[in-house]
Amino acid sequence: MKVIILGIGNTILSDEGVGVHAAEALRAAYTLPEGVEVIDGGTAGMELLDPLSGVDLLLVLDAVKAKRAPGTVILLVGKEVPVFFRSKLSPHQVSICDVLASLEFVGDPPKDLVLIGCEPESLELGTELTPAVAEKVPEMVAMAVAQLAARGIRLSPRKAAVEAQ
Amino acid sequence: MGQRITIDPITRIEGHLRIDCEVDGGKVRKAWSSGQMWRGVELILLGRDPRDAWAITQRICGVCTTVHAITSVRAVENALQLEVPLNAQYIRNLIILAHAVHDHIVHFYHLSALDWVDVTSALKADPDATAKLAESLSSWKLNGKHEMRAVKERLKGFVDGGQLGIFTNGYWGHPAMKLPPEVNLLAVAHYLQALDVQRKANKIVSILGSKTPHIQNVAVGGVSNAISTDSYSTLGVERLLAIKGWIDELADFVKNVYLVDVAAVGAFYADWTKYGAGVTNYLAAPDIPLDTKGTQFALPGGYIANRDLGSFKAIKTFNDEYWVKGVEESSKHAWFEGSKALHPYKGETKPQYTDFKDDGKYSWIKSPTFYGKPAQVGPLSRVLCMLAAGHEPTKKYATATLDTVSALAKAKVGLDAMHSTIGRHAARAIDTAVQVDLLAEQWQLLVNNIAKGDVATFNKPNFPKGEIMGQGFHEAPRGVLSHWVLIDDGKIKNYQCVVPSTWNACPRNEKDEPGPYEASIADNPIADPERPLEVLRTVHSFDPCIACAIHVTDTENGSAISVKAK
Repeated sequence: MKVIILGIGNTILSDEGVGVHAAEALRAAYTLPEGVEVIDGGTAGMELLDPLSGVDLLLVLDAVKAKRAPGTVILLVGKEVPVFFRSKLSPHQVSICDVLASLEFVGDPPKDLVLIGCEPESLELGTELTPAVAEKVPEMVAMAVAQLAARGIRLSPRKAAVEAQ
Repeated sequence: MGQRITIDPITRIEGHLRIDCEVDGGKVRKAWSSGQMWRGVELILLGRDPRDAWAITQRICGVCTTVHAITSVRAVENALQLEVPLNAQYIRNLIILAHAVHDHIVHFYHLSALDWVDVTSALKADPDATAKLAESLSSWKLNGKHEMRAVKERLKGFVDGGQLGIFTNGYWGHPAMKLPPEVNLLAVAHYLQALDVQRKANKIVSILGSKTPHIQNVAVGGVSNAISTDSYSTLGVERLLAIKGWIDELADFVKNVYLVDVAAVGAFYADWTKYGAGVTNYLAAPDIPLDTKGTQFALPGGYIANRDLGSFKAIKTFNDEYWVKGVEESSKHAWFEGSKALHPYKGETKPQYTDFKDDGKYSWIKSPTFYGKPAQVGPLSRVLCMLAAGHEPTKKYATATLDTVSALAKAKVGLDAMHSTIGRHAARAIDTAVQVDLLAEQWQLLVNNIAKGDVATFNKPNFPKGEIMGQGFHEAPRGVLSHWVLIDDGKIKNYQCVVPSTWNACPRNEKDEPGPYEASIADNPIADPERPLEVLRTVHSFDPCIACAIHVTDTENGSAISVKAK
């Protein structure tokens, strides 16, 4: 079983990078079982083709522009995900969409897809998230963990993270 | 009065660039290139530790993450006049070359081939005839009948399912499409094979860089890779051998497929050797340093004025004043304050937005010049400079490629044809062949050096009190990239990035001379103003990466290329 948790976004455009921040938060809080990998995809395109090949489950964390209140977290599962990328709600749909279309064409698309997105407040230059979005990062992480658990993949909280609670 | 065409955004998958053209009598008369998103990464860097700049600049661009990391550490090392251990140079060189090979293969097959290849026409091809043609051109193992039949079936399934997916934006059936069905099918087959092959280049970057797409292993003073001949967790024998295996696979593909395909496309589109020359001052930096100081390079670079290879003047070292003093940027036609050309050490990043003014400011990209002249950068500049410098491997591949084109076109095609839209594609393929050989050479140098017992990879930087400045250059896939840094008491005081797409996609300069994109589009034929494929061909031949000149941004337009004919 190969599982990729992919954070995408541009971390120098404030909330645009929320997907990357959420992926890093997940990596910091949990130890990953064999076969599960967290990737900081940034704004990359075709470089992701290799790590996204032969994947059983691809869980994408991203900023999502769906004209909702800043900080709104959305969840899309399975067939809804490619539709999401086609309707271009995500600022990086172009490159990730391209990678997914290429995988489709070579007959090797992810078997299962989950997308967890967060509506950004600001896309201005800056390396910090806005408070409205930053406070939703734990929710995105928890949702990711729950989605993985629903598919029989259990992450164990790191000791330090448990003690901090 | 001619027609005005606006293409916005123009790149197939990256970034945000707007091209405006005035078309009259079936030809482009005047063109404007406009970056539509403002770039201010420099501001984020102010006050930071110079040792962290590489990790931040790596986020400027979606495609070229590694190149900014490399250039940033070079700039800070230059300010400190800090030498870099040989192993670190070799490891960086391997990353640079593997990234470049990856980038060039992806550009030709996945980002620009669809400007020349009609995918739907491939469905009319006879797979057996395709295989016969392919086998007459090259000994590549995957050119057989079974392969071509399977590709046609797969393509048919895709098209029948209404799922053109990645091919959605192509100009199918456009009158400027000239390849016979068999050549189109061959191109689709190699498109698929290239998807697989490019992964090998990416694996090299990933193993050496510890991570991809954002490498983690560079540091001001060297690299953080630990070298050992007996441990699995470090860069040891097993990993080095795996890398060599991938290099060999890449070399096979580049020489037996990529170079051949480019020659074939060039021969069928020989008329495109007449269009797209544009600015023929060529600038390229030397790269692949072979010593700790950056005074000797495997790939020469320099400047050629007005397409005269005899005028070549070399840039010789990381400290070469000829380079350092020659670069300026003007904001006269860019949405920043001021109009006078400034040296990057004195560069300013103060936005001043106006609307799109044809004769005023119309772009977020500044206009760089070399000794006051606009200059083209990228593979064509690189190849011409290397030829002018007498670089033997470049001569070998350039001669072989032009000979193949001449044989296929049944007419002599010489070096002069390189100053063109299709010439930029040929140069990129020649360049890739040179790079893939050099990848193997750098691998050998690294292995030999480790075998001598040298495992050093890092020299610790020490920042002095007071002000120091430095610049780093790197001949990136799209051309010369430079970072210019001013450091005060160990903190960044000014930082300017002059990226390849700035040189090529820039607006008019201080003297109102057009930039390379603008100049190269003028005179292009336009068969159908509603579908200006010809403009896309010329702009794509530069491999625009406006995500790089400009930040990746949200494009809420319905299609990746929206054309508005006025």
